[in-house]
Amino acid sequence: MKRHVSATIDGEPLEFLCDDGQTLLDVLRDVLHKTGTKEGCGTGDCGACSVQLNGRLVCACLVLAAEAEGARVETVEGIADGGELHPLQRRFLEQAALQCGVCTPGFLVAAKALLERNNDPSEEEVRYWLAGNLCRCTGYDKIVRSVLDAAADLRGDRA
Amino acid sequence: MRYEVANTVEEAVGMLGQADRGIYPLAGGTDLLAQIRAGRVSPEGVVDLKRIPELREIEADDGGYRIGAAVSGAELGEHPDLATDWPGVVEAAELIGSTQIQGRASMGGNLCNASPAADSVPALITAGALCSIVGPAGRREVAVEDVVTGPGKTCLAPGEIVAHFSLSRPQPRSGDAYLRLIPRSEMDIAVVGVGVALTLDADGVCIACRVALGAVAPTPLVVPDAAAALVGRSVSGAALDDLATAASAAAQPIDDMRGTREYRVHVAGVLARRAAMIAAERAGS
Repeated sequence: MKRHVSATIDGEPLEFLCDDGQTLLDVLRDVLHKTGTKEGCGTGDCGACSVQLNGRLVCACLVLAAEAEGARVETVEGIADGGELHPLQRRFLEQAALQCGVCTPGFLVAAKALLERNNDPSEEEVRYWLAGNLCRCTGYDKIVRSVLDAAADLRGDRA
Repeated sequence: MRYEVANTVEEAVGMLGQADRGIYPLAGGTDLLAQIRAGRVSPEGVVDLKRIPELREIEADDGGYRIGAAVSGAELGEHPDLATDWPGVVEAAELIGSTQIQGRASMGGNLCNASPAADSVPALITAGALCSIVGPAGRREVAVEDVVTGPGKTCLAPGEIVAHFSLSRPQPRSGDAYLRLIPRSEMDIAVVGVGVALTLDADGVCIACRVALGAVAPTPLVVPDAAAALVGRSVSGAALDDLATAASAAAQPIDDMRGTREYRVHVAGVLARRAAMIAAERAGS
């Protein structure tokens, strides 16, 4: 029998049906068709499926969908404000902080979680915070620079 | 696979006790869900423990701390006093995995997964932590060093769970520290881990010490000889040499992809010395 789950996903109260063994990642992608969240390793090593669950950064592949009952889930699809990109998204685009793009949603969600806690991180803090997000294309420098620049944007240091 | 939520410890024990081994407790899930996906375990069901207040809260009073077994590493790190009183325990728990893993992984899970390389376990041992275990036969209190009996094996009987850890308030002039070596700067498993907790007298002489090693034996090791090397002496010079020698002597590691036996034996001494120096500095400040 399917389980009925109610959760708030990207600000929208939603209900879905799932199997007890299905992960939150499976449900986001295959049931709710929110395919912005990517599947990489499926074992919590790569960070491609990063989402915030009740304000905590987690890998959606290591959360059962049933655990999301009553929870607040924030995915990459809720980062932009309507048609307006989040400073992180804008900086990633401007600075070409992505190539194939599979890791990008996870980086954006993880970086947003960092900037919500600390809007003036050092480069070292950014690199440690993002150590659980793997990118095999960029070599990370452009990503780290984009996060630092987005932090400056959010602080209002630069236009 | 069935998913059930327990709202009390008694409910959890009832659910876990009904089936033989096919029902697994679920805390942060960072080990269990990865193992299920890899096909290493195939539970009939899981019981989610995260809605049980005792497992999810950190309570502090004059006597010490009661830390829920399912409290995440991120929550431990954010507690206002815990990192001041037991910085070694908090830094060990915070070394487990990435930021994402920290959002879920718990010390109860780290202990019960029973990896020889578990980071929080040597730190809990040196801090003198006890765990409160609840099961069909009732509740019992066990020192953390007595829980792990082998790789992947614990002293827990079927149906038992770790509900919380107890830590005392540290004595005056006490400090603890945990260090580990991994092949890179983040996201790996310990080659060696060392926890040291010590207390100094007003003259800086060590009057109490505990040392534990991880990743150098089938279980985390308590090393009384290493602790004895510091007691009655100032934490410097020959005392640290003797501590390092005793730590290396106690290590019984294997060769694997992360390091040779010889290397691990050496590093056990190096890290014990460094951890003791950090603990002493914390004790003095």
